[in-house]
Parts: sequence; C-alpha cells; structure tokens
Amino acid sequence: MSPELTPSQTIGPFFHFGLLDEDRSELVPPDHPHAIRIEGTIYDGAGEPVTDAMVEIWQANRAGRYNDPTDTREDLPLDPEVFSGFGRSGTTDGGTFSFVTVKPGPVPTPDGRMQAPHIMVSVFARGLLKRVVTRIYFPDEQEANAGDPVLASIEDSSLRETLIARDQGGTLRFDIRLQGEDQTAFFELAD
Amino acid sequence: MAQQARDAIAAQGRDGAHPPYLYPDYVATRLRAPKKPLIILPKTLSDTTGPAFGRDPIGELDNDLTRQHPGEPLGERIIVHGRVLDGDGRPVRNSLVEIWQANAAGRYTHAGDRHPAPLDPNFSGAGRTLTDDDGYYRFVTIKPGAYPWKNHDNAWRPAHIHFSLFGEAFRSRLITQMYFPGDPLFYQDPIFQSVRDEKARERMISSFDLEATVPEWALGYRFDIVLEGRNATPMENRK
Repeated sequence: MSPELTPSQTIGPFFHFGLLDEDRSELVPPDHPHAIRIEGTIYDGAGEPVTDAMVEIWQANRAGRYNDPTDTREDLPLDPEVFSGFGRSGTTDGGTFSFVTVKPGPVPTPDGRMQAPHIMVSVFARGLLKRVVTRIYFPDEQEANAGDPVLASIEDSSLRETLIARDQGGTLRFDIRLQGEDQTAFFELAD
Repeated sequence: MAQQARDAIAAQGRDGAHPPYLYPDYVATRLRAPKKPLIILPKTLSDTTGPAFGRDPIGELDNDLTRQHPGEPLGERIIVHGRVLDGDGRPVRNSLVEIWQANAAGRYTHAGDRHPAPLDPNFSGAGRTLTDDDGYYRFVTIKPGAYPWKNHDNAWRPAHIHFSLFGEAFRSRLITQMYFPGDPLFYQDPIFQSVRDEKARERMISSFDLEATVPEWALGYRFDIVLEGRNATPMENRK
C-alpha cells in the first residue's frame, strides 16, 4: 500500500526569517558575461501588488542540462559548482521579485520534441493554499516558442502570451497576475 | 475512471489530498486564488528534476532551535522527527527540510507580527536540516503557541510548525504545516479545514511519540511527510 500525500498548506505571512535569510536571487554574479536580469510584480485579483510572496525558479544551464543526476544527457556540459539552477526571491513592498541568472538552453520532451527555453516558476503566498506553477519563456525565441508543445497546448492566445517575458531595456519583465481577466497561465503537473 | 472520481477532480483538481485554491472561509484566498482552468503540464525533465542542497553548508545548530542563542528559550521543549517518503514509500534522501514557527507565546520573529505577546530573545524560530539515507530528519525546538489573526471574529490559529520540503524533483516541492494532536482550535481554522478530506487533514497532525521522548528533558512528536515522487503513479493505481 502506497502512503498518501501530505496536503499542502499556505506559506503564511511570516516566513521571511525562515526562508529568505540567505539571498538566493542571484544564480550567477551580476557581472557574469551571460547574466540576464528577470524582474516582475505579482498582482492579486484587485490589481494590488502582492507584497508577501516568495518566488522560486528552477532551470537548466545554458546548454539545456539540469543539475540533477537523473538528467543523464552526458553530451551536454554540466557546471554544478557554478550553476545550481535554483533561485528564490521574496517580493518587496511593491510586490516585485527579481533574479539574476543565465538563459537556459532548450530541453526535450520524453518523445524527443524540443521545448523552447523556459524557466519553471513556483509562487507561494499568504492566501495561496498551494503553490501556483508557471513558466517563463523568452521574447527573443519566437521560432522556438512557436514550436513549443506546452505553449501550443494553450488555445487562448492571450493566456499563452502571459508566459512570454517582455524585454524592457535589457531586463526581462515577467509580471504574474494571480486572478482576473488577464490572469497568468498556471499549470497542473500531469501524473 | 468512476464518475465519483471525475467529480472529485472537477471540484478540487486531480490531487484530492491538497486544498483547493479558492476556499472563501480563508478570506485571503478570495483575491489570490487563480480562477482560470489550470493547463495540464506533461511530464518532462523540467519537473522530474529538482535542486540538490547537499552541497550547502548546514550549521551544526541549524536543527536545534533551542541552542541558537546564548540562553535557553522559554516554553515547552519538544523533539519533532520523522521520515520524508515519496508516494511509493521510498525514503527521500539528502533532501532539504526547512521549518519556521512562532515562539511559545505565539509570536513570530517578524516585523509584521502585531500580536501583543512577548518576543523571546533566545528564540528565532527557524531551522533546517537534510534528511539522512532513511529519509529521516530530527529537530529540537519549543512548542509554538496558538495566536489570533483577523480572518474572522475571534479567529485563532492552532499551534503549528511550518515545513518546507523539496523532495527529489520540482514536482515534489511542498510547503505545509504540522499540527499537534487534539488541538481544540481545529474546528474553527479555515486553513486546516481547507483540506476537505478528513483522512488527508489527519496526515497534517503529528502524533505524540513516547519512544522519541527524552526522560526529564523533552516530549517527542512524530511527523512523517509524503511527497509526490519523481515518477508519480497514476491516480487510479494509488491506494
């Protein structure tokens, strides 16, 4: 008999001293030759910034390989000492989070199709009884985005567009709207 | 799939263990719960892989919240321990477990906590550890107090410890709360009650553990945690 899953509960409002003690928002130093900056604001259903959220990202390295022993594509370089692939940022009084990282390479699906470069995102907050999961895609990857099976599975084009960051003077802007007409696309992980 | 199972999925997502996003009794969900249908994300390396923290330095006192300051914190010293398992019952090894909690008076070390209860200069309330080869973890801490909040009239949170777990993959990631057995506040707490299945709610409640209790020193509580595995089994096969 398999054990049953432990249910999720909200992160609550007072997690900062436990989870954000150490700054994990810079996956590479800002002066890294391939550093990119991603910034966004989280909004609630009334359009107010969510000032007490925590955002986590998980991504492949520039070659498209994950720093995980089950990613066994050994033809691709791995640099675990310098790139973990994991980041965490709180939101500010303005509801804004930010990361300094590198753009990930493309990662295939199990049946060998290529996904466009993307970053996995989890958002935790008071009022979220479980995390929301979304993906950041890149605006300079129009061709790869057009062929991405996950983006293609979203019929509503305006919902699909919420997953593509905007280039704002060299910073990638990725706002997250939890609710409302212009809500961000969120995922449920398939079994 | 039986009609009943399909209805359950329609009502609360594919995984019935977890609460829904929108649970109006918990007022903060009303403006934060997504309302558009979720997009089903097929399984790829992006979610069957996940971060490893074995390389990170864990301080010697990080799992003992009673020894992080010069003096002993006030309150009831407890041991909280258990195993982290995946859905197939296998231990989740070398995996980061982070906890945070209020002090014995029900006050958090956070500038936003306005509850007029004392802070304890000898208690911060944050800890972390890595699971061992059996998926086992152990913390020494202080039993947290209940505290009031403004969700509804005379609302009080049952005593709880927040747990953050990574498991072995992005898809395993879980933040939850551990409760204490027999708490009289469960019935009026919408966060606890947001988990609609009674058996699932019970899985968030630790059990008193006499074997882990250290004589003349501290009571023991057992809290086992089950995370989604790297390769989750289809729901129909889960029993």
